[in-house]
Amino acid sequence: MELTTLLEIKNIETFYVLIYALRGVSLTIDEGTITAILGNNGAGKSTILKTVMGLLDDQPDKGTIEFMGKRIDGKDTEDIVKMGISYVPEGREVFEELTVRENLLMGAYRRHDRLGIKDDFRKIYNLFSVLENREGQLAGTLSGGEQQMLAIGRALMNRPKLLFLDEPSLGLSPILVKQIFGIIKAINKEGVTMLLVEQNARMALSISDLGLILENGRFVMKGKSKDLMLDKDVQEFYMGMKSEASAKGYQRWKRKKRWR
Amino acid sequence: MFVQLFISGIAFGSLYALIALAMVIIYKTSEVPNFGQGEMAMLSTFVAYALLENYGYSFTISFTGSLLFAALLGIFLEFVFLRRAKEPNVLSLMLITLGFQMILYGLASWKWGADQRNLAFPVSDFDTIQVGSAVLSYLNIATILITLILMFILFLFFKYTKVGIAMKATQQNAVAAKINGIRTNRILSITWAMSSVIGAVAGILLAPIATLDPNLMMDPLIKGFASAVLGGMTTLVGAAFGGYMLGIIENLFGGYVSLEFKSVVAFGIIVLVLCFKPSGLFAKHYVRKV
Repeated sequence: MELTTLLEIKNIETFYVLIYALRGVSLTIDEGTITAILGNNGAGKSTILKTVMGLLDDQPDKGTIEFMGKRIDGKDTEDIVKMGISYVPEGREVFEELTVRENLLMGAYRRHDRLGIKDDFRKIYNLFSVLENREGQLAGTLSGGEQQMLAIGRALMNRPKLLFLDEPSLGLSPILVKQIFGIIKAINKEGVTMLLVEQNARMALSISDLGLILENGRFVMKGKSKDLMLDKDVQEFYMGMKSEASAKGYQRWKRKKRWR
Repeated sequence: MFVQLFISGIAFGSLYALIALAMVIIYKTSEVPNFGQGEMAMLSTFVAYALLENYGYSFTISFTGSLLFAALLGIFLEFVFLRRAKEPNVLSLMLITLGFQMILYGLASWKWGADQRNLAFPVSDFDTIQVGSAVLSYLNIATILITLILMFILFLFFKYTKVGIAMKATQQNAVAAKINGIRTNRILSITWAMSSVIGAVAGILLAPIATLDPNLMMDPLIKGFASAVLGGMTTLVGAAFGGYMLGIIENLFGGYVSLEFKSVVAFGIIVLVLCFKPSGLFAKHYVRKV
């Protein structure tokens, strides 16, 4: 089956004033897939998402971003959202003093089809039944997991073609993480393409099709998630599996070095 | 006497409440107390005066025109001055609003001079009715009613309209608002327009009891600000209650303690609130953005 390209990032470079955060990142996302970006803290994972969303003023400094064949770099965040990209930010960022229902309504801010919105409320309440029970409650009173569900639900209200998820597992218990990832997979099956940024490599690779590893603002590895899971380096550095014991208690020689 | 003081306190409090609301609406969105608020209202009131006296339009047209002017003035000031501030902090924004205040004050002084004028109003300040043991002028009643109606409209706006909810969303978390497709810049414009209109209503209601000159809103602005601090700068309901409370306390103080020191009450209240409950009496306990 021929896959159509949804998002194409070509060689973008992003600066935070003087910090050179992304050093030439290219990425192609095909329709219907889940792509996972893994990497350490500060590698620039979230920066990729923020750059694409247009949240960083005057960035990317170089490179182009195309969504469905149209250039979106330099556009306003609001317009990018309207084109069909939704973003679930790190740390949820729900509107704490709005009710759950109002939060979801805000997700559909740029839509005007009353019936469709009503339909989507139904869908999201089916997906996250907790939210329906807490419809009238202020979002700030929800637990972390519920807020994460709300953030995902809110992003879905935009009927996105492409959904960005920034660390959906952050601060959640293992059971909740499992549940959330299950739902993410289910949403993907309904045709929403996803770009996932995660620390939880095992979880991320288990649901994604394609995995990329980011280090110091560059992709150092790319491959099918199944293959990455079996890769020695990935296992060692991102999944905490150790293959050989060393006499000193730590490894002196890092195979990873060849990546740079 | 108590009832009389209390009720006319409510009438004054209505004006303070309006100004407090205007300030809080801007404070919540732009995160700056707008010290130009009073002068914006004063200028709008002058526009009503000019339409009424110089051009001879009817009350309806003049007042509508004045409110329209207020809305445009709010949008203009925010767009031209505030939005240009690069990486602003509270201090620089506050200075900008103080700048508005001076520019607008200068503009009004230049155009209309320091003469004390009288803004005609369709409702009389001299005809009164007896409510229990208290006497209220028609204007007092109109002030109270108009304020209540305006508050009710605001309540409906923030509770049920999409734009109102989006405005609250933007106030709570501007970045999150953006990633939901809310045009936060447009919301800012609407906020300033709304706030300016509310201020103008206060100005028009105040002008008939006071005298219309460039100093019209000096004192009321400080009272309105005190009300907002009293109720909590982050809550509309609190600001409204703060306004009424200040109006009543001030009037009772003027009646029973000292008329000369009546105006000091507002400052006293600011100081007391800042000492004992800096977030205001009605502030909610959510921690805003970090």
